[in-house]
Amino acid sequence: MEARAPYDKLIFELSAPGRFAYSLPALDVPSADPASLVPAQFVRSTPPELPEVSEVDVIRHYSRLSLMNYGVDTHFYPLGSCTMKYNPKINEDMARLPGFLRLHPHTPATASQGALQLMWELARDLAEISGMDHVSLQPAAGAQGEFAGVLMIRAYHLSRGERRHKVLIPDSAHGTNPATTALAGFSVVQLKSDEAGEVDLADLERHLDEDVAAFMITQPNTLGLFESRIHQITEMCHAKGVQVYMDGANFNAILGITRPGDLGFDVCHFNLHKTFTTPHGGGGPGAGPVGIKAHLAPFLPTPVVVKEDEGGYALDWARPQSIGKLQAFWGNFGMLVRAYTYIRTMGPDGLRAVSDNAVLNANYILKRLEGDYDRATAGPCMHECVVSARRQKKLGVSATDIAKRLLDLGFYAPTTYFPLIVDEALMIEPTETESKETLDQFCDAMVQIAREAETDPHKIHEAPVTTPVRRLDQTLAARQPVLKWTRP
Amino acid sequence: MRYISNTPAQQKEMLARIGAASIEALLANVPAKARLSRPLNLPAAMAEGDLVRHLRGLAGKNAGADDFACFLGAGSYDHAIPSPINHLISRGEFFTAYTPYQPEASQGTLRTIFEYQTMMAELTGMDVANASIYDGASSLAEGVLMAHSVTGRAETVWSRGVNPLYQQVVETYCEGPDFRLKAVRLGDGVTDLDALGKAVTERTAAVVVQYPNFYGCLEDLRAVAELAHAKGALLVVAADPVNLGFLTPPGALGADIVVGEGQGLGVPMSFGGPNLGVFAARADLVRRMPGRLVGATVDKDGKRGFVLTLQTREQHIRREKATSNICTNVALCALMATIYVSILGKHGLRKVGELTTAKAHYAAERFAAVPGVRLRYGAPFFKEFALTLPKAPDRVVKRLLKERLLAGVPLKSFDRAEKSTLLVAVTERRTKDEIDAYAAALAAAVA
Amino acid sequence: MSNVPAELKYTKEHEWARIDGDRARIGITAFAQEQLGDVVFVELPKVGAKVSSMKSFGVVESVKAVSDLFAPLTGEVVEVNAELPKKPEVVNSDPYGAGWMIVIKMSSPAEAGTLLSAAQYEQLIAGGGH
Repeated sequence: MEARAPYDKLIFELSAPGRFAYSLPALDVPSADPASLVPAQFVRSTPPELPEVSEVDVIRHYSRLSLMNYGVDTHFYPLGSCTMKYNPKINEDMARLPGFLRLHPHTPATASQGALQLMWELARDLAEISGMDHVSLQPAAGAQGEFAGVLMIRAYHLSRGERRHKVLIPDSAHGTNPATTALAGFSVVQLKSDEAGEVDLADLERHLDEDVAAFMITQPNTLGLFESRIHQITEMCHAKGVQVYMDGANFNAILGITRPGDLGFDVCHFNLHKTFTTPHGGGGPGAGPVGIKAHLAPFLPTPVVVKEDEGGYALDWARPQSIGKLQAFWGNFGMLVRAYTYIRTMGPDGLRAVSDNAVLNANYILKRLEGDYDRATAGPCMHECVVSARRQKKLGVSATDIAKRLLDLGFYAPTTYFPLIVDEALMIEPTETESKETLDQFCDAMVQIAREAETDPHKIHEAPVTTPVRRLDQTLAARQPVLKWTRP
Repeated sequence: MRYISNTPAQQKEMLARIGAASIEALLANVPAKARLSRPLNLPAAMAEGDLVRHLRGLAGKNAGADDFACFLGAGSYDHAIPSPINHLISRGEFFTAYTPYQPEASQGTLRTIFEYQTMMAELTGMDVANASIYDGASSLAEGVLMAHSVTGRAETVWSRGVNPLYQQVVETYCEGPDFRLKAVRLGDGVTDLDALGKAVTERTAAVVVQYPNFYGCLEDLRAVAELAHAKGALLVVAADPVNLGFLTPPGALGADIVVGEGQGLGVPMSFGGPNLGVFAARADLVRRMPGRLVGATVDKDGKRGFVLTLQTREQHIRREKATSNICTNVALCALMATIYVSILGKHGLRKVGELTTAKAHYAAERFAAVPGVRLRYGAPFFKEFALTLPKAPDRVVKRLLKERLLAGVPLKSFDRAEKSTLLVAVTERRTKDEIDAYAAALAAAVA
Repeated sequence: MSNVPAELKYTKEHEWARIDGDRARIGITAFAQEQLGDVVFVELPKVGAKVSSMKSFGVVESVKAVSDLFAPLTGEVVEVNAELPKKPEVVNSDPYGAGWMIVIKMSSPAEAGTLLSAAQYEQLIAGGGH
């Protein structure tokens, strides 16, 4: 963060009565007294307490606020499993083409063929990338993609006259997996990971029975390891009629290398805001398409984008066994355009190079750090690595402290305290879009911090000192929640 | 490859340092049996110029609202988007930032969300709003689940005035816990209060209405609230927040939870997504709310700062006991809405409402004056109205398309009983010329 | 290290019970509050609610974690600590005193025999708390 006069205003605090920033047209239809058109009980008696500011106020305020953020455009962002790769600008231009941006979802199919074609082709491309038979683009985020996948599995079992109650999930899983499972009405059974960090096959065997609807795993898993016995796992599950679900959060490791469909998975979801470069936006919007094998096709959410015999595209609503809908319309189309543009930009060779370099970068970091931090796993990792700060914790420096110190050294911090099975975990995913120079700078910083932990831990405990605020009181925020501005 | 910085020479250096012969060696844990033995069967990489040409071609096949007068509504609206919004949200620090888990490096995002929460609470008339859900429909589904959790009851009473697509989403969300929706009919465009009174019982967790409803009609929320509260049920209202700068907010009329589609607040229509799910509730329900919340606090030096708070409700901590599985909010869309509301401000939103009212009523009058056409319902309406046409609405829509008019949403596919109905929306962007052209084209189409 | 008052009974989920006739006062142990970190919120049942042995009767939240509260004994809630909603920090500073959560009237006092003694609980937490 460059030095700058601190800015601590909210838009409401810039308000001055009489200022305005809007431009509205004059009334061109015959005017009538609003009271005669809408009964008084439905009309606000007092205006809402909203700011009165000029356009200059708006531009300056939000521009200043943006400078208080770290983004991928300005900083290395090694958050594990988040795939903070570069967001190509051409994607933004294409999403803003008026024929896409200004298109209403209820536009007749004959007048939205370009949009429908894009969706159909993207679904086809994602199916090819994943080795699945069909892809629904409707889910608004990875968590919704998971939800759709689990509901389709549920519908599948019910269609065969079976009511199964349990879903198996490894203890290394991301929190959305059990949360989604509970939402879909199943109970969660947690499986142990073995010493190597992979699924414990004996534990899996013990728990597999005909009351289990599905087994959900992330591949590669949240330790950055490829579950090497995956064929065995999917066979064991299928033998008991259990469907296997792949959480696609770590797809960046396997593009063009392996495909869930070839590994025996029945369902997988994609995070377009991870592998496929749609921007994170400060927390969303994302998009979470879900891919399935043919036996689950009857249960796809409606509508399904289809290509008709005459060559046109349409929305197919005639799906009596569908699980229903996840959101009101057809998908986060704006994000779909971005992902489509990316896939066309990269082509098959480009996508393969993505995973190759993602894996190379993560292994490079792991090698450079292994002298100073405990590795969570032996052997090479895939696109992300996990180290533990337990050595540093013995010296009184926690993973949180390390994260804060990194902010001062010009880096966003890696993920901390996840996966839960590694203590003082630091999960690092550099992605393929980072250069060796950046990786070296990051590793230099991590090594520096490890030294500081030995010689001058005070520096780490004081961090961060260069950010606009430091070490915020989370306890106060939770004990006495203040969730909106009020006039003092 | 322009997004990958490492040169072959650098790759060699890195492999040497790692001690691996090649990148292939790093993939040894992937069994040979699992390996794809061919390149992915995708179109070859396209150069930027070719790609732009290709996508322009696809975009050119769509009837966007810049070239066609858009009278389509039903949950997505052609409201004006002020010019500063796109410039501000395109700043890389906003759109390439991550979820604000490290608050010291994310004060920009956290402050804008805090402003957003304040604005949504104010517009809906509720005590607290969250940082957003995916869209209006999923937000409503979360609201219904929350009502079940708060009351411990298993039934939802559902007005047929609520968007049918929202009903489908709520039913999908209710499959797991097996909650039932009990539908209540309309009477002349609004929920039949007698039927509603009979439907609400001590087993009702939530009563759900939309305001204005799917047909554009204004529901008597106060009366509905009384019926709901008399039996201890919560009133969940689905409302379009851009209307609430003009209309009396649901919070002032007895709503316990207010949800809605915020797309009209500066978010492009974009063929239906991404959208903006607004979610607001009473203060005492805050710990049961799904989604992210940003709270104010102080830092080590006593300075004001903002953080994600009450996170223990969320999936990454609560896991299977979370209030919801939601992991993202739609932060960038919420930012669009925050900037939009700042620009329109205290008086601008009301003016949008006044323009909308005048134009929608002018349009309704002109269209209903066409021989054979009449207004479907007699209840007071806002921004949208349903027309009964003497000819199949699909055919009318097809004809008006030729005049560069997106005439409205035929309702047959939602409800067989509405096979002659066309739903028409008129925002502040529709000009008198467009409305007059529509009236003329309509007259010709149904003659 | 963590203090474990000798006169109390304990559960393996880290609740304590102070038995007095047919009443039991219940809270969470010093070990539990240490593990949780700063307590920010406690959700308790109403007076009159029924609780069952080893079933959840409420929730305790800290900034980074949330835990169910498990009833050591079966019975009916006769008192609820009205201070806790306003001052959840008391659970951290005085877990065995002002940080008490509920008082129940036991439906079967013999159940108290199933609880852990102070010595047994100390062994449990010395072994890591599981």
